[in-house]
Amino acid sequence: MLRDITIGQFFPGTSAVHRVDPRVKLTLVVCMIVTLFLAAGPVSYALLALYILSIIKISGIAPKMVVRGLKPVVFIVAFTAVLNLFYTPGNELWSLGFLHVTDAGIKVAVLMVVRILLLIIGTSMLTYTTSPIDLTDGLELLLGPLKKIHVPVHELAMMMSIALRFIPTLIEETEKIISAQKARGADFDSGNLIQRARAMVPILVPLFISAFRRADELAVAMECRLYRGDIGRTRMKQLRLGRVDFGAIAISAAVFGAVIVLGRFGW
Amino acid sequence: MNHSEIIKTEGLTYAYPSEDGTPKLALNGIDLSIARGAFVAVLGHNGSGKSTLAGHFNGIRLPSGGKVWIDGMDTADPDKLYEVRKTCAMVFQNPDNQIVSTIVEEDVAFALENLGVPPAEIRRRVDDALKAVDMYEFRRHAPHKLSGGQKQRVAIAGVIAMMPRCVVFDEPTAMLDPAGRREVMRVIRELNRRFGITVVLITHHMDEAVQAGRVVVMHAGRVLMDGTPREIFTQVDTLREARLTVPQTIEVLFDLNNQTGSDLPIDALSVSECADTLEKYLKR
Amino acid sequence: MSYILETRGLTQVYGAGTPFERTALDHVDIQVEKGEILGVIGHTGSGKSTLIQHFNGLLKPTEGEVLLNGRSIWDEKGKCSRKTRFEVGLVFQYPEYQLFEETIAKDIAFGPTNMGLSESEIKTRVAEAMDFVGLDPSMAGQSPFALSGGQKRRVAIAGVIAMRPAVLILDEPTAGLDPAGRDEILAQIRDYHARTGATVLIVSHSMEDIARMADRLLVMNQAHVMLCGTPREVFAHAEEIVAAGLDIPEITKVIRELNRRGIPLDPSIYTVEDAVRAIRAYKEGR
Repeated sequence: MLRDITIGQFFPGTSAVHRVDPRVKLTLVVCMIVTLFLAAGPVSYALLALYILSIIKISGIAPKMVVRGLKPVVFIVAFTAVLNLFYTPGNELWSLGFLHVTDAGIKVAVLMVVRILLLIIGTSMLTYTTSPIDLTDGLELLLGPLKKIHVPVHELAMMMSIALRFIPTLIEETEKIISAQKARGADFDSGNLIQRARAMVPILVPLFISAFRRADELAVAMECRLYRGDIGRTRMKQLRLGRVDFGAIAISAAVFGAVIVLGRFGW
Repeated sequence: MNHSEIIKTEGLTYAYPSEDGTPKLALNGIDLSIARGAFVAVLGHNGSGKSTLAGHFNGIRLPSGGKVWIDGMDTADPDKLYEVRKTCAMVFQNPDNQIVSTIVEEDVAFALENLGVPPAEIRRRVDDALKAVDMYEFRRHAPHKLSGGQKQRVAIAGVIAMMPRCVVFDEPTAMLDPAGRREVMRVIRELNRRFGITVVLITHHMDEAVQAGRVVVMHAGRVLMDGTPREIFTQVDTLREARLTVPQTIEVLFDLNNQTGSDLPIDALSVSECADTLEKYLKR
Repeated sequence: MSYILETRGLTQVYGAGTPFERTALDHVDIQVEKGEILGVIGHTGSGKSTLIQHFNGLLKPTEGEVLLNGRSIWDEKGKCSRKTRFEVGLVFQYPEYQLFEETIAKDIAFGPTNMGLSESEIKTRVAEAMDFVGLDPSMAGQSPFALSGGQKRRVAIAGVIAMRPAVLILDEPTAGLDPAGRDEILAQIRDYHARTGATVLIVSHSMEDIARMADRLLVMNQAHVMLCGTPREVFAHAEEIVAAGLDIPEITKVIRELNRRGIPLDPSIYTVEDAVRAIRAYKEGR
């Protein structure tokens, strides 16, 4: 069912990881990504892996869930591994026709896989532990200074949060329309590509019409609730940095710093 | 303008532009005044002009002719529009399409954030509003997981957090099941009685209109009838002409009178009033 | 006696094995007689919407079976033939939101076209369906999106009627309509039933609407059939109906109040006409 697709999956909780300010989390994730690319050897990767595993542990999110989240990228990871394995020059260990496996190839392949996995797990931990609305708020606040150069940060954030609000509603609506057209004998499962594409018309037209109607009504309702863009707005939720945030920043800075230093020595 | 009135219209007309160029009159000379603290139901069939009228009460629509004043402010004055909307808020039919946020309390805070209210005060008013509609325990929930009645109560909390003097409800129960309708009507009555908010309820449900202090019946863009529920619902023939029905408690007495030639009072708005009349008649 | 539609031990469990597991139907046995109007009543979440989606195979039973004319609609391979969808026509709630074609006629023709009918047959069916729902033939070429809400709904209902289903199921056909619009749609459904002899199922929250036109009522509550019988049989259980969160007609409440005051009128009366008749009979009999 369509409902099984979850965008920006979020597992509510009250752990220290959940409580870290979204702005801090966003900044740390960016720093982590940079650090990942500066890491060079097994020691620095091990340190980063330990860092991310601790985050998973503290967050209380089942490791099974984290693994499940990797499923869609298995192919990319495998592809990268194979590519690096066979195409890195070095001391040949084994060869079959045009395929050569080198010692450097194995090392690079392993590190590449670890790097991609850490990258994906690390960024997913952000969405797993931060509600979409907090993420949007965090982004809006962090990018706030860009308003000065006329980047419509508030508008983008508002659009994003409205999209998040209406995704479940529209998914439900799509399911209803599909059922209704099936009840009129619509066939979505057979025929060639063109026939199948054409079979989508009875779903897409009503869905678009409905989405436009909703957008129209929502716009009026927002105006009635005195929305006029970013003029003189305040926020109910005030983000203030607390002990958890400083703790997270300190630990992360130490880890990232260590990794960068180790990287310079090629460890 | 009289100070005891919160809404006043004078010769209000509204024409929709139509395809063939001849404008279609949706409202045709409405003179109406609604007192502060009143609970007024506006009744009419689909297309009678009742929703178009409601749209004029907070400046969603502007008159083609005539005037609308909200608490003394002309809605056609662009400088006053913001104040008009703050004074007279609006709740719509489809609760899904008026909830902005993915968290209940964030949604209720929306209008206050737009107004630039200080955060601590927003918090307090949001909590008060959610308590007033009995949704406080759901404050951290996602709106799309709530029932229709609950969603509509969240939408109501979102407008009363603005502390408007008047709330216009545009068919707030049309998409709800009976349980949801009862919840929402209870909240609407409370707003009027406990908080003294003026309520204008657009509806085509007779049982909801009966709960108001005053009923205005719209037909073909005009005010057809205007009076207390008792005065309105006893005019069975006129109501039927306006494509409306009457409560069964009145219908049974009306039919009985017609068939037996008796002259029972037909103004029974509740089951017990109807039973009173019938009991007297049968035991006579 | 054979039934046109029947369920045996029909069970539907949503989200089995997750914390959100919910049983929407729990071993439900229902028999629908050929040619009857059956009213299906229940509050939101009672299982009534799930039930009707089983009747034309949109949902697959977790357990139990659905029989159409005595034969299971699911074959041994676990497939439900599309023919079932044409035999059992289902009109969803707010069906106007499923319209998609440029013209009214084309939209109504969607079902018949999917059935693989000939051009001329489709034309006949469209005209016939438009007539049933009271749409003027001259409107055939108009866009359905320019119509009023009530008219759009009629187009959508015509789209299902045009398949000439042996069983027509309507989920809340009057939702959101004003009293006059409601009466019109209900009258058209009654007329359709009288003219075609089709079996009709109407789902509703509103007792007052349904009681007047249904031959039998089926009351669903908490995934079970709570009551099933003629309206009179069902309304004799007024207390249970109210306890299940449903309303009984105002007039039934009045009669029951009079019973309490010692006036012995038939407590299962559910229409104003019957009430007036009973009151007059009582008065004259004294």
